[in-house]
Amino acid sequence: MREFYGVSLANPLMLGTAQYPSPAILEDAFRQSGACVATVSLRREAGQGQAFWDIIRGLGVHALPNTAGCYSAREAITTAQMARELFETNWIKLEVIGHADTLQPDPFGLLAATEALAADGFEVFPYTTEDQVLAARLLDAGAKVLMPWGAPIGSGLGLNNRYGLKTLRAAFPDVPMVIDAGLGLPSHAADAMEMGFDAVLLNTAVAQAGDPVAMARAFAMAAQAGALAHAADPMAPRDMAAPSTPVVGKAWL
Amino acid sequence: MKIDVNGTAHEVTATTLEAALQELGWGEARVATALNGDFVAKSARAQTPLRDGDRLEVLAPMQGG
Repeated sequence: MREFYGVSLANPLMLGTAQYPSPAILEDAFRQSGACVATVSLRREAGQGQAFWDIIRGLGVHALPNTAGCYSAREAITTAQMARELFETNWIKLEVIGHADTLQPDPFGLLAATEALAADGFEVFPYTTEDQVLAARLLDAGAKVLMPWGAPIGSGLGLNNRYGLKTLRAAFPDVPMVIDAGLGLPSHAADAMEMGFDAVLLNTAVAQAGDPVAMARAFAMAAQAGALAHAADPMAPRDMAAPSTPVVGKAWL
Repeated sequence: MKIDVNGTAHEVTATTLEAALQELGWGEARVATALNGDFVAKSARAQTPLRDGDRLEVLAPMQGG
């Protein structure tokens, strides 16, 4: 299994921590799914920060702070520096957003921020598209993990460009990759893992489900099933039928 | 002097970032700080002077996706 900056994950599910109906349901979703990475953010202090951080620490998971909502490399870099001090980790889920409607990454700002942060000792998880050229540039800039999107954040559309993702996976066979954003159903997670991705990261699909705890479990099971299937080397599809029961020895009736 | 703290104007007597955090009631809080858009490490707050019109951001852990 590919490692994330030296960390191998027992479970390929990374879960966000926002939008849950209650902190208790958030905790339960993590415990019952076995997700071992939690994305977190930082916002203006309003008195609840410590309590939230205590919950995350109590889960014993790896914290992956994000730079959500940053629209420039400078903003993202400053946010990452603040996150490193606050969460005591070099991991950073680097988001430099380029458009408010699609929340798609700004590739130019993303590359600039990746370069600066990697040089400063950060372990960057860039939230990127399936663009292969951008991926190569991000790796050159010092990223050792890539997080291509499935679909726009919060859309639940699944894998919007399977061809592009498949090509990306094949182009960089040694690079750990997480499908981040846009997953809506466990089948999307299974699909991503069957394609050879190393983990999936999602939030809304679990937090906004009618039963977030059950949905978190469903995603974990699907991601694990997909990983197992990928490792088991799936059969190649074919256009025509092929009998599975032996033809030899069939009675002549 | 008058500084902007998390988007709101505040009148403070403190002249360093460390003292301002104390004055604003965040002396013991788990927060990270940025002054005029640049990160200021916890260890540098006591040596960071404040000037009239400075923009201070004080951030805390929060839920995220």
